[in-house]
Amino acid sequence: MFFLRLKFMTIDGVSHGASNSPRLGRRVTAARLQAGLFGFWTALVFAFLYIPIILLVVFSFNSSRLNIRWEGFSTRWYGELFGNKVLIDAFQNSLSVAIATTILATLLGTVGAWMLYRYKFPYQRALGLLIFIPMVMPEVLMGVSLLVLFVQFLHLPLGFLTLTIAHTTFCFPFVLVGVQARLQGLDPFLEEAAMDLGATPLQAFWKVIVPYLMPAIVSGALMSFTLSLDEYIVSVFTTGAQSQTLPLKVYGMAKVGLNPQLNALSSIFILVTFLFAFGSYFFSRNKKT
Amino acid sequence: MSLIAAVSGVHDSGGYRRPPNLVAWLVLMPLLAWLFLFVIVPTVMLVVVSFAERDALGRIVYDFTLQNYIRAFDWLWLKVFLTSIWYALLTTLICMFVGYPVAYTIGRAPLHWRGLLLMLVMVPFWTSFLIRTYAWITILSKDGLLNSLLVSAGIFSHSAEILYTPFAIVLGLVYNFLPFMILPIYTSVEKLDNALIEAAYDLGAGPVRAFSQVIIPLTRPGIAAGAMLVFVPSIAMFAITTLMGGGTNPTIGEVIFKQFTSGRNQPFGAALGTILLLIFVLALWITRKYREED
Repeated sequence: MFFLRLKFMTIDGVSHGASNSPRLGRRVTAARLQAGLFGFWTALVFAFLYIPIILLVVFSFNSSRLNIRWEGFSTRWYGELFGNKVLIDAFQNSLSVAIATTILATLLGTVGAWMLYRYKFPYQRALGLLIFIPMVMPEVLMGVSLLVLFVQFLHLPLGFLTLTIAHTTFCFPFVLVGVQARLQGLDPFLEEAAMDLGATPLQAFWKVIVPYLMPAIVSGALMSFTLSLDEYIVSVFTTGAQSQTLPLKVYGMAKVGLNPQLNALSSIFILVTFLFAFGSYFFSRNKKT
Repeated sequence: MSLIAAVSGVHDSGGYRRPPNLVAWLVLMPLLAWLFLFVIVPTVMLVVVSFAERDALGRIVYDFTLQNYIRAFDWLWLKVFLTSIWYALLTTLICMFVGYPVAYTIGRAPLHWRGLLLMLVMVPFWTSFLIRTYAWITILSKDGLLNSLLVSAGIFSHSAEILYTPFAIVLGLVYNFLPFMILPIYTSVEKLDNALIEAAYDLGAGPVRAFSQVIIPLTRPGIAAGAMLVFVPSIAMFAITTLMGGGTNPTIGEVIFKQFTSGRNQPFGAALGTILLLIFVLALWITRKYREED
């Protein structure tokens, strides 16, 4: 598009009596060629991103056990999947950890962001750096260090509790950063106005600030939920045999090789994600216009 | 998107702010306690354990020793570190070359298209990385789609090992981390000042020169941020490398995992972890430094 604009610009230049040099024309052609090549490349990359996922979904309906050849439409693997008690239990474990994590992370993140915005604590820059660490720290390191803490120091049995603690640790900073970004646009006199009208600080926070922050809180909570539901590496270190989550089971299945039930399971997740993503995209787009 | 915020750091919020009273400290306490107990203490413990020994049963004995670090610099383990860094570097470079034109095209697309195109980049990333890696396994494995296609087309006489090779490992990493490169570069491209590019053309630069001498330098912050976002997690990532590599070329994450599970040598695993922590801190420090210069 930019290169198209450039083309009009040079045409404009010609009408103003600039030199009608063939060099300029060649350059514009070259620029358009480049834009075309980049566009073509982008299309290839999108194909690279989507073809594996689409193939996986298509072949999950294949009646053959192997992926090699299409042998007819079947929902057999979906039926077997819903009868797989081990996977359903794992999914329930994942859900309970994700729900507990979301509640804890949203509370810690929202209250933390508000307090850091509202008050000037000493060493706040260092604190900001500390909050930022769990977001970027390699998951292996977080996993092993928490494992050492839980087993050697706190003597906690590995399971639901340790999983929830570990997941909350890497989720709440995302909520905090999102809420902080929204606080940047807050009218600083909003809280004061509420208090002038007789609200206590707690009422002002709960009735005025929280509603304003709601979009950031909701998206932070959703992010925590998906991050927790997806987490494999931190989970593998911080859980025991009795509370295996779905990603741990998926990993175990994928490691062995092809498995039609795993195709079906993956396809359900892919379709849900796509529906959710495109749904929220078009929803927010329609709301704007 | 929050990851982009993560690179730029947690910002010092503006607004009117007062010194904290006792209640404010009490309300902030859970956050401080959480960070102390579950971020600072575990990291310190990891370093402490790395200087400890283990007994015959694999239990940790707190006797100070450097033996774990001496062992870590054995060629066998050094090679693992170098392999991991090599895969991460390769992944970063490939993501840069593959991702830059995409980020540029999206950043220059008409405004109403950008949101949709960016979302198309992000959506695969929102599905679990295990599922995305598994999608490649179904394609690359010995009884997978690609092999059967190549054999039935007569290009291969029998199924070849495509999965469980370094090629598959890097492919898996690139597939997983590409959005991390595209997004920050896109942010830089979007901010590009058209006048500067037009000036380059007016002054006689061709597309290649305008690109290499004006556009790329102007989008350097995005490239640097993307490089960090791809490089750091790639070094430590072990689930993808194990699934795609089949354990043939273990990376540092895999080795640490094994020391803590089947290897039963936690102090040695902790020493490897501490070295990885140092590499991570160094990478962060370099990017920060680089950003300050820009």
